[in-house]
Amino acid sequence: MSSYLLVALILILAVVGYSMGRSRAVATVGGEAQKLHSLPSYYGSYVALWCGVPALLLVAGWLLAKPMLAEWALRGELDPQTLQSLTSSELRLMVSNIVNLATGNIVSGEPTPEMLRAAEAYQGMEQISQIAMTVVGIALAILGLGFARTRITPTLRARNTVERFVSVIMMIASLIAILTTAGIVLSLLFESIRFFQKVPFSEFLFGLSWSPQTALRADQVGSSGAFGAVPIFLGTAVITVIAMCVAVPIGLFSAIYMSEYAGPKVRATAKPILEVLAGVPTVVYGFFAALTVAPFFRGMGEGIGLDVSSESALAAGVVMGIMIIPFVSSLSDDVMNAVPQSLRDGAYALGATQSETIKQVIVPAALPGIVGSVLLAVSRAIGETMIVVMAAGLAANLTVNPLEAVTTVTVQIVTLLTGDQEFDSAKTLAAFALGLVLFVVTLMLNIVALRVVRKYREKYD
Amino acid sequence: MAVETKSTQSAHPALNSRRIAQRYAAERRFRFYGMLAVGLAIGMLGLLLVTIVARGLPAFWATHVAIDVTYSQELLDPENTGDPEVIGQANYRTLVRESLQKIFPDATGRSERRALLGMVSSGAPLELRERAMSDPAIIGSTERVWVKTSDDVDTFVKGQISRDVPEEDRRVKDQEIAWIDQLEAEDRLDVRFDVDFFTTGDSREPEQAGIWGAVMGSFFTLIVTLALSFPVGVLTATYLEEFAPKNKLTDFIEVNINNLAAVPSIVFGLLGLAVFLNFFGLPRSAPLVGGMVLALMTLPTIIIASRAALKAVPPSIREAALGVGASKLQVVTHHVVPLAMPGILTGTIIGMAQALGETAPLLMIGMVAFIVDVPGGITDPATVLPVQVYLWADSPERAFVAKTSAAIMVLLGFLILMNAIAVVLRKRFERRW
Repeated sequence: MSSYLLVALILILAVVGYSMGRSRAVATVGGEAQKLHSLPSYYGSYVALWCGVPALLLVAGWLLAKPMLAEWALRGELDPQTLQSLTSSELRLMVSNIVNLATGNIVSGEPTPEMLRAAEAYQGMEQISQIAMTVVGIALAILGLGFARTRITPTLRARNTVERFVSVIMMIASLIAILTTAGIVLSLLFESIRFFQKVPFSEFLFGLSWSPQTALRADQVGSSGAFGAVPIFLGTAVITVIAMCVAVPIGLFSAIYMSEYAGPKVRATAKPILEVLAGVPTVVYGFFAALTVAPFFRGMGEGIGLDVSSESALAAGVVMGIMIIPFVSSLSDDVMNAVPQSLRDGAYALGATQSETIKQVIVPAALPGIVGSVLLAVSRAIGETMIVVMAAGLAANLTVNPLEAVTTVTVQIVTLLTGDQEFDSAKTLAAFALGLVLFVVTLMLNIVALRVVRKYREKYD
Repeated sequence: MAVETKSTQSAHPALNSRRIAQRYAAERRFRFYGMLAVGLAIGMLGLLLVTIVARGLPAFWATHVAIDVTYSQELLDPENTGDPEVIGQANYRTLVRESLQKIFPDATGRSERRALLGMVSSGAPLELRERAMSDPAIIGSTERVWVKTSDDVDTFVKGQISRDVPEEDRRVKDQEIAWIDQLEAEDRLDVRFDVDFFTTGDSREPEQAGIWGAVMGSFFTLIVTLALSFPVGVLTATYLEEFAPKNKLTDFIEVNINNLAAVPSIVFGLLGLAVFLNFFGLPRSAPLVGGMVLALMTLPTIIIASRAALKAVPPSIREAALGVGASKLQVVTHHVVPLAMPGILTGTIIGMAQALGETAPLLMIGMVAFIVDVPGGITDPATVLPVQVYLWADSPERAFVAKTSAAIMVLLGFLILMNAIAVVLRKRFERRW
């Protein structure tokens, strides 16, 4: 709580600095503000920035570095002999236990006297660090304030400085998009490389059996762990194909109806309703699939003598198809609307009916855009998680039968990573390898789709 | 050519009119397919909503049973201390059991008595405890208290368990049905609006489970998301739209933003797990980390919407401001951004609605834990509404089906509210230049 207080205090100081800088600037020219280089408020901002920014940066850095420093300091507290007897993960557990002990949280296991001693030392260090941070932070804020205030003269280019600062902030903000992508790629790659050190790359890509349970003990039965991802990829493909079988016809015909037949009134009401389908949280679809659609298909299968699994790929695929209807329809609708009216008029003039015009002129003209929208929908279907987690199975069956249970990439990622796990077993690392595959595949689909759509748009602009 | 067509027409008039009839029929069919597709899509949405509402509505009410509780002195406070702490340690299950036995004196066998106690929610003793502790003067007296029944009795009373099912397949046995009938005959059963559903946290017992913990978790998570993604998104959009030079770097940023918008959400969860949890060591299951992950996820939405809004501000505004001597930054902060604000806010709300409904990335960072306490801050362990839906949907108890649907209704309610605000904002402030 004290850190919040410190930040608040620094912000208050910055506000004080603002008004001080402002009045000081006005005072230097005897109240005639037009003699200043910049407007008085810029001098205020100038002082506030000098006061707040260095101090806040210091506090942020301190808070970020504190856990690492604390761990390092705690190692110094512990007996060197104990240090050597522990593996790195055991040591990490012990350190977190000591921290928990010191902050009064629940501790796993019985604390040893050594841990208690370390916890006490940690508490002491924590207090010193807190006090030091407060003192240094406030001192820095006041120093910055004083320094900036003395620099105020009528010729100081306060506006330029403040504006330069703002534009640097803007640039940093826009770099976050790159940082995110880099973060995704690096974290996936890094963990995947660790995975491929344990499991050969070719086995992962071409292996036909997937059972990620690794043995806890050497003598355990039937849990050697097999990491052949083909059944998972096949399962993902089966569900995606089912979803597209639902979404493409319905989405495409909806788009045709909306853009070519429907009057403005129908369009104005039906289009937003269709978009609602994309706005419903996927967990709702998952619940719907598992509780309504799957039993329905199962009952229907029983009625005609078919054995439908209660976690069939069909149920998950159909519901996913419903979810992605709007992804197909709204983009296809846009591209068909973009087809110039002159093409339609030309076809009508030759005596074509409306449907003939659509089939032979508009859809071919809009085809690249439609293909693009379908590709985007496919990428959406591959990456969709909650519906399959709730309605598809866990067992990796090597089958293309839509009535059986299959599993998908996203289901496996979720099941491998939920719950507490050792973070260096092949089982958890496999999730990152699957994530990498998922990322690469969807990225390629998106790039191709966006390129196709953009190229097409340019043609009629 | 026209002459030729005319001559063929006159040559085979019957053939021609048949062909035209065929073509018109094809036209009607095609049009019908279009209508069918739209109808199917809307019908699916309707079916989805209707099943959810039909399943979820009963969960807003809970069956209560009236028991006459005698707060006996020797059981609660034998030494007559009047100290709430002493009173709090008494055995309130006995109190409930005694009150039930007064209603059903015939239930004497061991298993029968256990079944009898199982009719009442396991939260009932806690409720009595609270009553006794808050008002020690009550001890020694007898009062009629309405307590919740167990989830099985509740589903039976609501008619979701049929009497016709053979007893071995039925969660509520014949004996219990006889008791329920007796209670009903004595006017001791009442289905009341369940306020607890909105005010309590999660629980393993369906009748005690509430959504308040998840709502607060969602609230804290969204606050973090908004605090991070709104400023960063607006700054990025403003920079790219108003200041950025056209070069390789800004092109790269643009491509990145467009790609991020289409990255599967679960990949963001993997990023959060690897970077925020494992590398920076931030707390698991906390709204802080959830909010950070969702902020990265919604950032592209906000940036793209904000750029569109900024682009819609006509250049004449900028030129006029520059003409009277404003600096570039003053033009943007005093004129362009305020004029684009409705559009930016609309995009932000839509992004927030997206974040509110998102589940998958939060599973990765441990927000699926079973948490009873209502979170009090952004670093407390918490869960969010959609994850709560997921957790309840996974629970085996039948009563959780209704609870899940009810939680979905609450979630959809919030989403409708947010989207309605976005629509109103757009309608109210949209300006055509």
